[in-house]
Amino acid sequence: MFDFFVVLKHLSQLLVGLAMTFGVSITAIGLGFFLGWVICLGSVSDRRWLSRLNRGYVSFFRGTPLLVQLTLVFYALPSIGVSLPPLVAAITALTLNTAAFQAEILRAGFQMLPHGQLEAARDLGFTRWQTLRHVEVPQVFRTMLPALTNETIDIIKNSALISTVAVTELMRTAQIYASTTYRPIEFFAVAGVMYLVLTMSTARCGAWLERRLRAG
Amino acid sequence: MFDFSLITTNADALQAGLWLTIQLCFAGVAMGILGGGILLGFKNLVGPRFGFLYRGYITLFRGTPLLVQLYLVYYGGPYFGLDFPAEQVGIAGLAMYGAAYFAEIFRAAIEAVSPGQMEAARDLGMTPAQTLRIVIWPQMLARCMPPLVGQTVILIKESSVLSIITVPELTTIAMRIANENFAILEPYAVLALTYWSLTLVVAHVGHRIEKHFTRHLVHTT
Repeated sequence: MFDFFVVLKHLSQLLVGLAMTFGVSITAIGLGFFLGWVICLGSVSDRRWLSRLNRGYVSFFRGTPLLVQLTLVFYALPSIGVSLPPLVAAITALTLNTAAFQAEILRAGFQMLPHGQLEAARDLGFTRWQTLRHVEVPQVFRTMLPALTNETIDIIKNSALISTVAVTELMRTAQIYASTTYRPIEFFAVAGVMYLVLTMSTARCGAWLERRLRAG
Repeated sequence: MFDFSLITTNADALQAGLWLTIQLCFAGVAMGILGGGILLGFKNLVGPRFGFLYRGYITLFRGTPLLVQLYLVYYGGPYFGLDFPAEQVGIAGLAMYGAAYFAEIFRAAIEAVSPGQMEAARDLGMTPAQTLRIVIWPQMLARCMPPLVGQTVILIKESSVLSIITVPELTTIAMRIANENFAILEPYAVLALTYWSLTLVVAHVGHRIEKHFTRHLVHTT
């Protein structure tokens, strides 16, 4: 009753979709990492309005569904004159979303650092910027690596939602062939396995990086 | 620029959508918590030889998007004679997806209670039931609450995905209003604000419950 040969015939298209999913997710994670740092530093700022603004950003993007954020970027931005192609809109929405989560992860990392280190760095003559670069950032990154790996996995899974704004990634490709061949089980099962391989590999990479950073 | 009448004329539909979202989430989270407990109970019952079944479930449901799981059941189910309405598929999807996370939350919380405490309780003459109720349960609850609330918020947000399999919940209603009126900003702004309020309220209530369960702990920080 199952016919996985149909899937085999369209395997190359599915693999292209998988590559798209991977590319979009990694781009969003990378961009979100930098934006996350900016937001994190903003949210711990001494200036009240700045920290309020950044915390509001984090609260909003963590408190609303990605699907809603995606729709806002894709449909609502054009109505105020900002029109983005689907792929760019999708990456933008994913980046804005993950930046909020990564900012919160990084903020938790900062709070775990013992206060004495900052004083020690100051006594050694480090400037604020040097302390941040050489003392705080490496440690925050190392302690928060498991959380960042999880966030990467979440973004890979959530990227399936960008199929709704006509980006031809893995999910969309599976949908197209599932409906044209009337074989939903086969195509969605294979897509599921591909997502699984991608998320499990990400988890492995994260664990490997963790071990390396601990040893080094 | 912002047409409020669009919201007021569709208030009834939005309210119905919100109510369905709340019902779906409540059912999904409740069944997910129950399912998580059953999963963990199953794992402890069958022992390490069949531990791979538990691990397999967790890996499968946590490693694939909820959307894929929903599509498989909603569009693939009828081929097996499992032809359920979208709402039921949605609740089952949320519950099975959530159960994988809840089970791991419970497992981490139980494992965090040191084995020495159980030995101490036994030496004090407590029965296993007493140990569970008096020693393990309160500590487990205290440890569970923050991730439990976090996961509940995640499931509330994920419930918007059910709109893709045509469940007439809040997101579906807002999108319908947007399409029928060629208006984008108003319905989607209301949609975002409603979800934001909903998750903030749940997080707040969760925090209060957490405080209640940890009131016996002395905070050193």
